[in-house]
Amino acid sequence: MKREFVLLPVMLCASAVLLAEGPAVYAIHDARVIRVSGPPLEHASVVVRNGLIEAVGENITPPADAWIIEGRGLTVYPGLIDALSTIGIPGAAAPPTAATPGRTGGPRPVAAAPLPTPIVPPASPAAGPEDRPSNTSFLRAADQIVAADHSVELARDGGFTTAVTFPINNIFAGQGVVFDLSGTRTGEMVIDPSAGQYITLRSNGFTSFPGSLMGVIAYIRQIYLDSDHYKVAKAIYDKHPNGLERPAYDRTLEGVIQSPRVLLPAHRAVEVDRMLQFARELKSKPVLYGGEEAWRVVDSIKKSGAPVLVTLKWPEKAKDLDPAINEPLRVLEIRDKAPSTPGVLAKNGILFAFYTDGIATPKEILKAAQKAIDAGLAPSDAIRAFTLNAAEIYGLADRLGSIDKGKIANLVVTDGDLFADKTQIKYVFVDGNKFEPAPESPDAKPDAKKDMEKTQ
Amino acid sequence: MKRALALAPLTALWLAAAPPLVIQNGTILTVTKGTLHGSVLIRDGKIVQVGENIKVPSGATVINAAGQFVMPGIIDCHSHIAAESINEGSVSVSSMVGIQDVLNPEDIAIYRALAGGVTTANVLHGSANAIGGKCSVIKMRWGKSADELLFAGSKPGIKFALGENPKRRGGGTAFGATTLRYPATRMGVEDVIREAFTEARAYQASWKLYDARKAKGELVIPPARDLKLEPLVEVLEGQRLVHAHCYRQDEILMLLRVADEFGFKIRTLQHVLEGYKVAKEIAAHGAGASTFSDWWAYKVEAYDAIPYNAAIMTRKGVLVSINSDSDELMRHLNNEAAKTMKYGGLTETEALSLITINPAKQLMINSQVGSIEAGKDADITIFDGHPLSNFSKVIMVLIDGQIYFDREKDLSQRPVRENRRKELISKAAEEQKRSAPASSRRPGL
Repeated sequence: MKREFVLLPVMLCASAVLLAEGPAVYAIHDARVIRVSGPPLEHASVVVRNGLIEAVGENITPPADAWIIEGRGLTVYPGLIDALSTIGIPGAAAPPTAATPGRTGGPRPVAAAPLPTPIVPPASPAAGPEDRPSNTSFLRAADQIVAADHSVELARDGGFTTAVTFPINNIFAGQGVVFDLSGTRTGEMVIDPSAGQYITLRSNGFTSFPGSLMGVIAYIRQIYLDSDHYKVAKAIYDKHPNGLERPAYDRTLEGVIQSPRVLLPAHRAVEVDRMLQFARELKSKPVLYGGEEAWRVVDSIKKSGAPVLVTLKWPEKAKDLDPAINEPLRVLEIRDKAPSTPGVLAKNGILFAFYTDGIATPKEILKAAQKAIDAGLAPSDAIRAFTLNAAEIYGLADRLGSIDKGKIANLVVTDGDLFADKTQIKYVFVDGNKFEPAPESPDAKPDAKKDMEKTQ
Repeated sequence: MKRALALAPLTALWLAAAPPLVIQNGTILTVTKGTLHGSVLIRDGKIVQVGENIKVPSGATVINAAGQFVMPGIIDCHSHIAAESINEGSVSVSSMVGIQDVLNPEDIAIYRALAGGVTTANVLHGSANAIGGKCSVIKMRWGKSADELLFAGSKPGIKFALGENPKRRGGGTAFGATTLRYPATRMGVEDVIREAFTEARAYQASWKLYDARKAKGELVIPPARDLKLEPLVEVLEGQRLVHAHCYRQDEILMLLRVADEFGFKIRTLQHVLEGYKVAKEIAAHGAGASTFSDWWAYKVEAYDAIPYNAAIMTRKGVLVSINSDSDELMRHLNNEAAKTMKYGGLTETEALSLITINPAKQLMINSQVGSIEAGKDADITIFDGHPLSNFSKVIMVLIDGQIYFDREKDLSQRPVRENRRKELISKAAEEQKRSAPASSRRPGL
């Protein structure tokens, strides 16, 4: 067992070798095509040219210059999108999943695990909002991603062609990027460098402002007010610079102003209500993330029109929980019902997408999605939550998320239903480049496993 | 009664059409209008009539309170329940923060407060700093959203704190000794308050200046809004009530002097354990006092307390309430109030006032709650005996005419909930068993 653990990174490296400087034109012929934007097509073809989808349909003759992939028995899906991640940022942990804990016994749907990322200690104590603590709103993940980072390949092997990555280490953490998981220069990978501002509600305790949840909320409110004032003051000054006091340049406000939307943490029902109201106040377009208890507050979500990024890391019983502790009914119910969230959201017409929240392996990601399907989510809606929904949330549905002519050629080709246990991913196309992931389980290919062991 | 229960989750629209409710045959402690044996008629969440002979309207729901005591819902002027953070202790002036932003309607302490007969509470910021955060007055509408907890029409408040807590210099060594929080003395606390209000006056003036210049048609950039100073301007303008945590007579007098100097009022002194020493001065300022019955000596500044505090201040003309500051004490405020009869000889009505009409006046919500009178909100607690006896239990609690606590129902639900709990535990165990073999097949990870 131990030895096999060591093997995994080697296998993943092996898949990188399979990346070919391939042809520019591919035609997947006679496959089942799940377009997502329309009904599935049987015996259909998808033509990929120069990184875009050139054609999709049932009666398409593959172009003469195309590299033909025999698609009989294969299923083609749009490339999967991880709607909130740290993929591509070297050394980054997954975005924090822990809900802000209830002080007075409020329920915590997720295990109260310590935050996976350390809170970045401020360089000096802040005496108030004017010191701009924990504010790197100006950071752009687009400037931080590294094409060769291991996480890019790991996700791609699992069928993910696109990730939305955010800086996550501050209250105003910075602006996210939507990018494709293939390329040598990050600039080529970026689809949208302005995906929105990632907000956390972490506080500094008594040592530095803000030291409490309400302090963080008040701080965010003040920053948005300051941003409004900054815009007004600059506009007046730009018109009449002569004779007026010059407003100070402030990069923390620039970062907020340049963000087209704001990602707010909302795990528990209470937090969903709180953040929706807060977003209304901020006059900013909210995207909620977390959503484990969103099923309880569909009405307010629906009314707000806010989309939800649903974590696939379903709440679990804490592993080290004292067996003598009688968990209250509320906690048990939250855990039981969390996977039903996506189904409830879908039934209510609420736009939502999945994010993997640091789940280790692609297989586990799909298994977590299967749990949502078991709890009432239609499989087609599950696919949508991995593809077109994410594209819609980030305003990129005109180029991403479905198999349609003219869209970016991001595809996953499998030998069966994406969520089925035995299904293997045969090919992943990112920006029209073909990848062949290493077999998921060495069990399936005992020979390959032996070969690996030899190379050790 | 069953019908009323079924109606509870419905919207205001339905509420308007809800049948009237009559509480019959009870001993009614109105607090402000004496005690009588009779009925209370409730319609659309309001008390419509209180009297010995009330005709039950057709279609009305009847609660038979024979042998029981009906009193106004208890009001706690100092609580920290239902909030997910209490102290913004990083700074000495944290008026930019507010409890409303972190209300948690699912805090079980709300339900337990109901079980103790409490219907309204003033949820305060903590006492970590000289000027703390904004408070929220809430009703214990268990099962409703955070917004629906808020007491509509209540005046906004803010917490101040004097003495040992605000002069603690902060616990962090993260930035070295030089960055410890100011102040470190009671003199410093006074200075922080003065400085904050001096700043607030300047801020107020900057807006007045801007408005004046703009009115004249001058080209001016508006001042930036400051969420820290805005609540202090509201205090200066009499729009926000100050609830000041304090213990010693010297600091109480200090605060009253500072407030007089800046021209604002202290609405309530909280804890105020040495209030009996300066009751005359407190009454002269017009401040209320919200104190404990017999809880003290938990720190040096809380040593010189006596159980006669509430009674002495009452006799000196101070508006006094008994508060909890604790989710446990909150559940037996009726007993706390009763102690003032033994220590200081308050009458029954005076004792009951300490936890009903007096805190309502302190919070300026007495036109809506605090007594059983026609026109007021139907916030009512029914005890199985006299509420000032510590053998009495809460049977039922109504807020806005809706039943939020029903002892019988609570008891009957317990086995149902326990069964559901067991079901979920075994369901989760089964699921784990089913998924375990699959994961053990996977090598390495």
